Amino acid sequence: MTYAIEGSSGAWEVVIGLEVHAQIISQSKLFSGAATGFGASPNSQVSFVDAGFPGMLPVVNGECIRQAVRTGLGLNAQINLRSRFDRKNYFYADLPNGYQISQYEQPIVGTGVIEIELADGSTRQIGVTRLHVEQDAGKSLHDQDPSRSFIDLNRAGVALMEIVSEPDLRSPEEAGAYVRKLRSILRYLGTCDGNMEEGSLRADVNVSVRKPGEGYRTRCEVKNVNSVRFVMQAIEAEALRQIQVWEGGGTVEQETRLFDPNKGETRSMRSKEDAHDYRYFPDPDLLPLVLEQGWVDELRAALPELPDAKRARFITEYGLSPYDAAVLVAEQATAVFYETLARGRDAKQAANWLTGDYFAALNRLGHSIEDPPVSAEALGGLLDLIADATINGKIAKEVFEAMLESGESAAAIVDARGLRQVTDSGAIDAAVEAVLAANADKVAEYKSGKDKLFGFFVGQVMKAMAGKGNPALVNDVLRGRLQ
Amino acid sequence: MSLDPATVRRIARLARIRLDDGQVEQIGAELNSILGWIEQLNEVNVDGVTPMAGGTHGMAQRLRADLVTDGGIAEQVLANAPDREGAFYTVPKVVE
Amino acid sequence: MMLTDLTLAEARAGLRAGRFSSRELTQAFLDAIAVLNPKLNAFITVTGAAALAQADAADAALGRGEHGNLTGIPLAIKDLFCTKGVRTTAGSRILAPFIPPYESTVTANLLRDGAVFLGKANLDEFAMGSSNMTSAYGAVTNPWTRRGDNRALVPGGSSGGSAAAVAGRLALGATATDTGGSIRQPAAFCGIAGIKPTYGRCSRWGVVAFASSLDQAGPLARTVEDCAIMLGSMAGFDAKDSTSADVAVPDFAAACARGVKGLRIGVPREYRSDGMAPEIEALWSQGLDWLRAEGAEIVDVSLPHTKYGLATYYIVAPAEASSNLARYDGVRFGARSEGRDLIELYEKTRGEGFGDEVKRRVLIGTYVLSAGYYDAYYLRAQKVRALILRDFTEVFQKVDALVTPTAPTAAFAQGERMNDPITMYLNDIFTVPANMSGSPGLSVPAGLDAQGLPLGLQVLGRHFDEETVFAVGAALERAAGFSARPGMLAGA
Ligand SMILES: [Mg+2]
Ligand SMILES: [Zn+2]
Repeated sequence: MTYAIEGSSGAWEVVIGLEVHAQIISQSKLFSGAATGFGASPNSQVSFVDAGFPGMLPVVNGECIRQAVRTGLGLNAQINLRSRFDRKNYFYADLPNGYQISQYEQPIVGTGVIEIELADGSTRQIGVTRLHVEQDAGKSLHDQDPSRSFIDLNRAGVALMEIVSEPDLRSPEEAGAYVRKLRSILRYLGTCDGNMEEGSLRADVNVSVRKPGEGYRTRCEVKNVNSVRFVMQAIEAEALRQIQVWEGGGTVEQETRLFDPNKGETRSMRSKEDAHDYRYFPDPDLLPLVLEQGWVDELRAALPELPDAKRARFITEYGLSPYDAAVLVAEQATAVFYETLARGRDAKQAANWLTGDYFAALNRLGHSIEDPPVSAEALGGLLDLIADATINGKIAKEVFEAMLESGESAAAIVDARGLRQVTDSGAIDAAVEAVLAANADKVAEYKSGKDKLFGFFVGQVMKAMAGKGNPALVNDVLRGRLQ
Repeated sequence: MSLDPATVRRIARLARIRLDDGQVEQIGAELNSILGWIEQLNEVNVDGVTPMAGGTHGMAQRLRADLVTDGGIAEQVLANAPDREGAFYTVPKVVE
Repeated sequence: MMLTDLTLAEARAGLRAGRFSSRELTQAFLDAIAVLNPKLNAFITVTGAAALAQADAADAALGRGEHGNLTGIPLAIKDLFCTKGVRTTAGSRILAPFIPPYESTVTANLLRDGAVFLGKANLDEFAMGSSNMTSAYGAVTNPWTRRGDNRALVPGGSSGGSAAAVAGRLALGATATDTGGSIRQPAAFCGIAGIKPTYGRCSRWGVVAFASSLDQAGPLARTVEDCAIMLGSMAGFDAKDSTSADVAVPDFAAACARGVKGLRIGVPREYRSDGMAPEIEALWSQGLDWLRAEGAEIVDVSLPHTKYGLATYYIVAPAEASSNLARYDGVRFGARSEGRDLIELYEKTRGEGFGDEVKRRVLIGTYVLSAGYYDAYYLRAQKVRALILRDFTEVFQKVDALVTPTAPTAAFAQGERMNDPITMYLNDIFTVPANMSGSPGLSVPAGLDAQGLPLGLQVLGRHFDEETVFAVGAALERAAGFSARPGMLAGA
């Protein structure tokens, strides 16, 4: 079923395209040798090149090009062996040169595709129009002084990949899934850390609305949205605003807008009011960027297994549901943890433990899978004790909690606390006899047909055995005695 | 193509250069004569010609190693600033 | 004979032979500057104390029997080259307060080889001009005057201060830059030699940019050999400039002695038109006769697209300049005019900081790149430029060098040709094509016109074949035996 918004004039379809700016992981900037680390003191990671001083010239960082090509390959995209840097001319406080060096006519990466998974288990192919390399701008601080804005150029010149999607997305959910999937791919490739809080992944969201079956209407670009949740909220807010404009008899103006998460609304960006005329032209300080096909092939051969391939493998190799597989491959660290846990064990049970009790524990303790409170090996040890019937499932949960607290192995805990389950029939017979003797009345009721009391007897026997009775044996003995 | 005063003002705005009305008149006239003179290029047949991009030809972009070799000179990058606050450059407040 | 009358080569020999010290030599030039610069305005900044300190260091090195290519040689530096700790204005009000914290690659190379810097030479604002009348630091006066007429003449531009300093014996040589003729035309106007090497031969790092795809640094000096010696130090691969060519620097000075026997010299017929002054036409034929007499073969050739060079230049150069000069916004360096908001700050800073010619070119450049006009102007110009390059490439398969006049006229008076920009632009009609194609071009003083003003001949060569250009230029120089001296000299 397709997402639609009900307006006073009927249903509206939402058309969404995303421009994601992903900061390339590199030691130094795209065109200068200044460092790229986050949170350094103001203007301490700035060279004269980054500050646009007279006579300064850009020199391309090869690692940034390599990372962009690997990303293109990871998006199943066409790699352009010949590309070019252009200047995008506009004046802004944190744009030192008065132009941004970007790629306009000849981007390094052409069309590709990203597959997104939706909650209902369905998948969609979203077109990628292009990926190009460009330099980031500096940062303006507007809240430090009543009359002035402060400029920090540490970020100016840091390498970005702008990844542009086709207007193929049709709902906030799809847009959210697209960003999450793209982020996952970038993190698998190690080309961007995907940290949206620190701004290393930012989305410009292009939104328009239309009546089903119509062509495209005017779109607005909501700039620099910095979380998946805000992307989804911004789309909904902007779509509703546009529907009101259209239904109010007005027309939507193409413009750049900002999303205000507190108010949950978008507003026009006054600083960008000036009519845009970027006067792109090839940067005469730089030469054509020419790549060797052989080098590109080497990069392709060296790519890691990416989320889609891993997910497919998990489904076939471990017999997981598409949903569980998607959950387990989203983060590479989770997938690695899972494979260590599942190897040589009941893969489904491993998935259930990991996505169930283990994830719950991570949330509760505020840990991430990168610093696990219990290692995959240790958790495997616990599953082994269940598998060889040393403990039953109920005791296992108790042992897991103890492992989280003490950090000891499952086996050690089971021995220390004497939690091995009892399989000796003598002990079970005795417990059963005692329970039946103590509940003669219930036995009579049961025999007169109140079968559901059977569960009560099982519970009493297990209780008498401190939970350590082998559930199957207890059942057999009781059934025999109550015939 | 000929520039009317409105176009001259639009271009000056794009270039962030303030012109008084006198300059708009004078420079507008000068730009028009230059643009008129440039029109001679329309005689040239450029069909199928690959435009030159930059001053070099047959050369390709060299790539730099990814090393931190610069920065850490905040005082030097700020030393020429007409106005600064601590380690920041400053401009009149920008309203987004 | 006065030390300031020596050529660079002679002075270098004298220093190495210990006939005089670099301090004596440097002091002689500082004294001449003190006398003559108030008249010529060739220097914006004179760095006397620093120069003498460099001279003493040079003398110490020479004393130890150590010397580089230029140890102890006093030079003028065009104020477009950033010099560490020394104000660099680019001839503009907007850079009046700018003190670079870095040294341009070209000037660093000169210092590496022991040169002494006397100061920063005047120039057209941001190198935009052919008369040095657009400098925010005042016009430069050409040391030459017409016979029986003491009106001040222009030295040409944009490297007018550099050329006037060398012609006026205020420096042994000077750095300069050439985007459309800014080395060769002032050389011709001031009766000295100057070469714009192949694009990519000298690093652009640290040189205030005018038009990045055309700008190229080169030397101005009194002789072809002096230019060759200076270029040997200025040139060289620089990883900091992506357009710098990774090619070896040959012994340019040695090439000056090669001679022209067996060389094929092309004469582009398109240069004959444009109602050329008869005396320039005559000098040109004279130059070709000299080369023929030296054993060169003169060949008539055609460069059909060069006549479009100037119009192409006035699209490409302003377009690049409009972008290169966007950084002068009053925020990180240079002059600032306060404004109520950021846009007003920008518009006032640039409106008050730039002169009229710079405004004209920035506006033209902004216009030709603006939406809807890019294809009609910039893209078409870059295609015509490709055709101009093709013309040169084809001709240089037939000939080893081309010889043309450097400029259509001799130096003109300050205030002449100011009425409309295009007349001024036409000064560069013969020099601009080599910037379009990136070819090396040398101007040699070859004679005087009827009014006693110097005229220059231009030698153009293949990419990275400056050696042949020097060989031909030196042969013309020897034949011409140019020995005339300008009227305004410190000694006189
Ligand atoms: Mg964008
Ligand atoms: Zn972008």
